[in-house]
Amino acid sequence: MADLHKTIDCLTSGCVLVLCGLLAGCGGSPATGNSAQEDGRSPDAELIDPAAAAAPMLFGKLTITGSSTVAPLAAEIAARFEEQHPGVRIDVQTGGSSRGISDVQSGAADIGMASRPLTDSEATLTGHQVAVDGICFIVHESNPVETLTDEQVVAIFRGEVTNWKDLGGSDLPIVVVSKAAGRATLEVFLHYFQLDAVEIDADIIVGENQQSIKTVAGNPSAIAYVSIGTVGAEVERGTPIRSVQSGNVAPTTENVASGKFPMTRPLLLVTQGKLSDRAKVFIEFAQSSDVTDLIEAQYFVAPKR
Amino acid sequence: MSRRNADRILNGGFSAAAVLASSIVVVILAFVMREAWPALTALGISRFFTDSAWRPTAGSDASYGAGAMLAGSLLVTVGAVVVAGVPGILSALFIQFYAPRSVAVIYRRIIELLAGIPSVVFGFWGLVVLVPVINRLSPPGQSLLAGVLVLSLMILPTIAVTAESSLRSVPRSYGIAATALGMGRWATIWHITLPVARRGIAAGFLLAAARAVGETMAVVMVCGNIIQVPDSPFAPVRTVTANIAMEMGDAQAEHRSALFVTGLMLMLLVAALLIAAGGPRRSDVHG
Repeated sequence: MADLHKTIDCLTSGCVLVLCGLLAGCGGSPATGNSAQEDGRSPDAELIDPAAAAAPMLFGKLTITGSSTVAPLAAEIAARFEEQHPGVRIDVQTGGSSRGISDVQSGAADIGMASRPLTDSEATLTGHQVAVDGICFIVHESNPVETLTDEQVVAIFRGEVTNWKDLGGSDLPIVVVSKAAGRATLEVFLHYFQLDAVEIDADIIVGENQQSIKTVAGNPSAIAYVSIGTVGAEVERGTPIRSVQSGNVAPTTENVASGKFPMTRPLLLVTQGKLSDRAKVFIEFAQSSDVTDLIEAQYFVAPKR
Repeated sequence: MSRRNADRILNGGFSAAAVLASSIVVVILAFVMREAWPALTALGISRFFTDSAWRPTAGSDASYGAGAMLAGSLLVTVGAVVVAGVPGILSALFIQFYAPRSVAVIYRRIIELLAGIPSVVFGFWGLVVLVPVINRLSPPGQSLLAGVLVLSLMILPTIAVTAESSLRSVPRSYGIAATALGMGRWATIWHITLPVARRGIAAGFLLAAARAVGETMAVVMVCGNIIQVPDSPFAPVRTVTANIAMEMGDAQAEHRSALFVTGLMLMLLVAALLIAAGGPRRSDVHG
């Protein structure tokens, strides 16, 4: 009987140790998001690709975390980069701009992604601009209102105007869709209109761009602010939403590119201190004209080079 | 290998598996405690109840009032249990006493299928079908009511299945005796079966509530997520789980830790519900 107990003890303590190890491993990983990068590219990774032989050979792993707006683009760029540098494996994980920045600061990620400018308190970091995105307002396609002035936008989001008929639309109460605290889109919106988060009188608060789109598509009286890139893709897909012009400039990628459209934000790769060779080469690649087609495919605008 | 040895090995293996399974809960609880600790020591638990608003990103003015979100979680949960309760019990009675065997089998399969639908599908259905309907009644559509209705569909199987098994565990002799005394079927159900099965049914309600209070994805999609104590069923609410899901991605330092505190509160609430659900079972239907 005694040795049975011993056996059980050994087994259980072993299991608990393994379990603790597993969970500790999870706790230490940089972000909660899903990895956008599939595994298993490695079999030929150690071989020397003749095409890449001209470039310096790079080896190792890059972890990129942060903004869910930048992540799909970064994943595409990473896939192309891996083709050219088979020794490098890149993990792109989404979390949010603030998460990307804190992961770089803590060293949990090599490169962070942010869809807003860096703040003064983040001055120790370096932002490498990859693309520009505009933020525009969307309504249901049945909404007749075509343009809004900046003052009207402020009045809507402060809850001072509550019916579309006061803005030349139909007699419907305005449903204001805003974003959860900390979201980059919210911060860019607040900054542009000089609003404070407390002033926003929202009817619905959502997390991601996609949720804004779904909400507006299902609600003829809703208004939301989203990435211009996302709107382009959705309208093409037949989603019943429409962008509304605020101010004098139409929300198009052309106007974002020419710099006429005012409410824009940089899409950044963020680093701290001295970079590894592979991180440096990756950032140079992400800022080169080799990825312009990828940027445009996501309806973002490549910065002037 | 002797039979005795095989028994020993199996016994050890099973014990190890059991300890492993239960230690997962302990490890998770310890992890949540560890992450919540900085906020608990820096802010104190009382601020989560006394602060008037949840504004963790406001820098030096940050406030951490979780009361409205706890109220949101409770309202959505209680609403869903109330809405799902009556049809859940009725469907159990139908299967147990009224349905022909073949219909009962099919009906039971359908209920089980309902339990297998992923919550994000419920949420998506709620967002594209239910919310626009509610919006026509009273904007904005995403509301406490939408959350209650979607959650009630999700917990209906739990209530129906536990109610049915409680009804089935009522000794047949009770029903036979009632019939012998000349009681009708409904009178038997109402005066004999339901009172005897009462505790099991109540335990099912608590299990369903534990599921509803922890539900996240569907709730984020249909509840509107405004932090407020709703003044009508058509007003949006944010539950504790929805708040964690929406803010965890960007949360740092004290904010992140504060989210873990709210998660800890939920774990304790669910634990209390499960203990309450398990408690009466011991005295059981014969009690």
